[in-house]
Amino acid sequence: MSGWPILSAVTLLPLIGALFILVIRGEDEIALRNMRWTALFTTAFTFILSLILWSNFDPAAPGFQFQERYGWFGLMSYHLGVDGLGLPFVLLTAFLMPGVILASWHVDKRVKEYMIAFLVLETLMIGVFVSLDLVLFYLFFEGGLIPMFLIIGIWGGPNRIYATFKFFLYTLAGSVFMLLAIMAIYWQTGTTDIAQLLAKPSAIPAGMQTWLWLAFFASFAVKMPMWPVHTWLPDAHVEAPTAGSVVLAAILLKMGGYGFLRFSLPMFPLASEMFAPFVFVLSVVAIVYTSLVALAQEDIKKLIAYSSVAHMGFVTMGIFAMNKQGLDGAMFQMISHGLVSGALFLGVGVIYDRLHTRQIAAYGGLVHRMPMYAFIFMLFTMANVGLPGTSGFIGEFLSLTGAFLSNTWVAFFATTGVILSAAYALWLYRRVFFGPLEKETLKSITDMTWREASILLPLAILTILFGIQPALVTDIFNHSVNALLGQVQAGLDMAASVQQAVAQ
Amino acid sequence: MNTVFLTIVFLPLLGALIAGLAGTAVFRYAGSAPPAVEHADDGEGHHHAHDGPRWPMLLTTGLLIVIAVLSWYAFFDVAAGHTYRVVVAEWLRSGRLVAPWALRIDMLSAVMLVVVTTVSAVVHVYSLGYMSHDPHQPRFFAYLSFFTFAMLMLVTSDNLLQMFFGWEGVGLASYLLIGFWYTRPAANAAAIKAFVVNRVGDFGFALGIFATFAVFGSIEFTAIFEAAPAMAGKTFPFLGGEHDILTTICLLLFMGAMGKSAQFLLHTWLPDAMEGPTPVSALIHAATMVTAGVFLVARFSPFYELAPAAQNVVILIGAITAFFAATVGLVQRDIKRVIAYSTCSQLGYMFVAMGVGAYGVGMFHLFTHAFFKALLFLGAGSVIHAMSDEQDMFRMGGLFPYLKKTWFFMLVGTLALTGFPFTAGYFSKDAIIEAAFAAHSQPGMFAFWMLVIAALFTSFYSWRLMFLTFHGKSRVSRETLARVHDSPPVMILPLYVLAAGALFAGVLFAGKFIGASEAVFWGKAIYRGPHNEILHLMHETPAWAKYAATVMMAAGFATAWLFYIASPAIPEKLAEIFRPLYLFLYNKWYFDELYERIFVRPAFWLGRLLWKGGDGKVIDGFGPNGVAARVLDVTAWASRLQTGYLNHYAFAMLLGLAALVTYLMMMGG
Repeated sequence: MSGWPILSAVTLLPLIGALFILVIRGEDEIALRNMRWTALFTTAFTFILSLILWSNFDPAAPGFQFQERYGWFGLMSYHLGVDGLGLPFVLLTAFLMPGVILASWHVDKRVKEYMIAFLVLETLMIGVFVSLDLVLFYLFFEGGLIPMFLIIGIWGGPNRIYATFKFFLYTLAGSVFMLLAIMAIYWQTGTTDIAQLLAKPSAIPAGMQTWLWLAFFASFAVKMPMWPVHTWLPDAHVEAPTAGSVVLAAILLKMGGYGFLRFSLPMFPLASEMFAPFVFVLSVVAIVYTSLVALAQEDIKKLIAYSSVAHMGFVTMGIFAMNKQGLDGAMFQMISHGLVSGALFLGVGVIYDRLHTRQIAAYGGLVHRMPMYAFIFMLFTMANVGLPGTSGFIGEFLSLTGAFLSNTWVAFFATTGVILSAAYALWLYRRVFFGPLEKETLKSITDMTWREASILLPLAILTILFGIQPALVTDIFNHSVNALLGQVQAGLDMAASVQQAVAQ
Repeated sequence: MNTVFLTIVFLPLLGALIAGLAGTAVFRYAGSAPPAVEHADDGEGHHHAHDGPRWPMLLTTGLLIVIAVLSWYAFFDVAAGHTYRVVVAEWLRSGRLVAPWALRIDMLSAVMLVVVTTVSAVVHVYSLGYMSHDPHQPRFFAYLSFFTFAMLMLVTSDNLLQMFFGWEGVGLASYLLIGFWYTRPAANAAAIKAFVVNRVGDFGFALGIFATFAVFGSIEFTAIFEAAPAMAGKTFPFLGGEHDILTTICLLLFMGAMGKSAQFLLHTWLPDAMEGPTPVSALIHAATMVTAGVFLVARFSPFYELAPAAQNVVILIGAITAFFAATVGLVQRDIKRVIAYSTCSQLGYMFVAMGVGAYGVGMFHLFTHAFFKALLFLGAGSVIHAMSDEQDMFRMGGLFPYLKKTWFFMLVGTLALTGFPFTAGYFSKDAIIEAAFAAHSQPGMFAFWMLVIAALFTSFYSWRLMFLTFHGKSRVSRETLARVHDSPPVMILPLYVLAAGALFAGVLFAGKFIGASEAVFWGKAIYRGPHNEILHLMHETPAWAKYAATVMMAAGFATAWLFYIASPAIPEKLAEIFRPLYLFLYNKWYFDELYERIFVRPAFWLGRLLWKGGDGKVIDGFGPNGVAARVLDVTAWASRLQTGYLNHYAFAMLLGLAALVTYLMMMGG
């Protein structure tokens, strides 16, 4: 394995780019152009680095790879490393960011701060998926909120203050509990090192597992977001600028799922098993409830936001099915949703930039003037409803299979989601794209430019490619998922043997 | 041979991609917009000439003709006793769950190959004429070819997942083609309805796949069919109870079949699907896609043979559909809707055959039906085309002298459909009625009588269509009549192919499909349990049951002649006297109204309630907003609760429901 600290490079490169932008002086056109190009180059280069990381990654090797460790305070160390659960998200983040920057090409309000916020955000997001220290993880996990607040609060829509406030209140409430739990783990085990904690079956006593699980759950459930703590998401999406929505839907929402897989399952297996029915209920409610709510939406972004909550319901359901298909499905669904929801929000951005409204009623008949846009949006709509042949299907199918193996009622109710998702997605498509083109404002609307297309086409290609060759993704996490399942089983077995010993 | 099969399946995809991406406007207007011609759209959408290149249409059509020829070659090869399995690549692997992309070629898939590719090729050629005035022809042909690809994937699938891929793929193609004229609100509504109703069926199909995997640990046909006998009579935990494995799986899969094949309760989308261009109706909504459900049951004969309860459900649903759809067909005014209900009804016949275990008979009817029903649709398309898009039969009449060729094709289709001796339907449809009788079971007898009555209705509505359209006094304006003439050769020639099938497919293939050598013909593609002697018993059907169908055909013809030629006052009188019944039938048993009230509107209402009430009042009210205004005026809030807003009560009710669901999930396995 290469000797240079590639993980630190991938993580910190965007930060360095941000520093460069910070020192660019002036407000004139040339300075702004330099800032944009610096941001684009930085993200592009980070993506290339992540590809190098991927090519050196050995999916069959056990444990964490590319580990870097530098002592820091007594409580915490700068310990990085990546396994099959984290790498897909690193790749997803690095892949999406150049598109996000490109999609923001025409932002002209405080360009400098804007680009810096996104680059800092990228560092923090990648950091989440590569940290091997609980405190470090916490810093990245919660730190990401700050640039996101700024992005919504400064570049957001008219109601942005309310949305930021709500976002803040929810996530803060969750994160306080997680911090307490991290401290409790440290007192119990004497370490905050994730690799060490995961090295052997969880030895945390059952009673404590329950509390710790709940504390982590509070934070991850808000991030996912799970019903009923999801109401911040539609508001945040609606107010966020396009690029902010993309990052939020595609990557920030995945941190909760990643957290469940990284911490809740392996560290608190007993509690996970105990709470699985509870999570199932919330997941099924999320799928059915938010799909119905999506049906009634009048704002395109809100509709997609609610659809996101429903899709995340499949993820939590798959994770707590705690079997191979469920976990594979949850992982795949997260990656797929990252591509598809990101693309849908980018898509909304395309028409928002032209008309400055997100109201569905303001559109209609777009296909007449925007054939390429209509085609690509149809493709992502179909991926969103989980049509076989798109990546959306694989995640839904696997997580539902996993759920069925675990509890048939759960699969039964969750599968109704495939009916509802078709209803709201096609109903949206019909109102925006089909019908006669009658509104005066739309008569001179132009199709996507090649810049816009160049952002969406790679996403479209991956959506199809992953749909027909999912192994491209599943191969990365296959062994890690197996290891995780082994870990959970070992934890459960150990608790059972302890109980047996006590009984004897 | 492997290359042949790969060519057959993937060439249409290639054609669709090239025609769809390079031939259409998709990538033509980046950063700009199409020229303003589109503004002049009159809401009909298809009256502006296509000014683009013609190659996309010719390319897709050419490819389809090639693969139709190849398919017949493959058909005779397989009929000679060969079977093939072509593995293309791996698709999905997750633990024990493995699904390859693979083609399974046996007699069942070979029959479907020739049906699909032949009708598709004919429809492609016909569309060159029918769609020649449409500005979006390349898109149309790309969709048609894409549909053909998805359908071929469905029928050659080697495992449940790939079947589901084809299953939903044809659903997408159907959605796109029904909504092809996207400026028409009715077409858009019909397209969504088709997709969503099919998804209801797919809900069952998906659960069937999960259950299959849960029980067998595999979803590959070879593995699960081999393991099926060992599972007969065993139970597994499903939805809180112990249920018979094979019965449960068969019923779940049948739910998918009911959606795709528009069977009773899930049939509502099919008549509306007639909003699509007529060639689409012929290909997708008559000959191929809607028969996918029948094919599914035949493919799963190793399961159904061991699940008698599920077989009975198939018989009942099939029989009810055959009867129900035929009654509705009696009174429709729209020429395409009559044929649509006829299709629905005939699919019911096929399911009855499947249910009584006469798989070969059902498949034979599928095979012959494809020819004569596609012929009827394309014939109707020629009439509509000639009449400048008029579809109401009560504004036609007396067209025979003007449309002699079209009349001939419609006559051939009608004879075959009604089962006139020695036409295709005579062999296949009458065999189904005999099989229902020969089943000697209560559901079988029920089905027998339903099918006999449906045969009477079929004959009546078919001849009614002929008489109203071509004979009697003309109700067409003089100006229109002056413009009515037969279609150009490109729309006539392909119909000869279908007419030949409608006339001779029965005589030529009855021996193979349902004759003495049928067991050899089908080989291992169809499984029959040791007690399944239906084909043997069919030969012992008493004469009266054998000839019942033919008598009904004659009676239907006579009644139709009486009503619409001899004394046209009778039907009007009857409609007046039995007005409630007439309205009941004319309004399709009020299914649309019923579903609108119990599903569609409540779903939207519930969505709004959960959004404004659930998210807005309850969650945000207690959560962030509540926290912000912690100084809650509790009394004010409580008094609001008592004001009796419907929303509050309804929400409380929903909470109760959620609690119940929770209980079920906690308790049940």
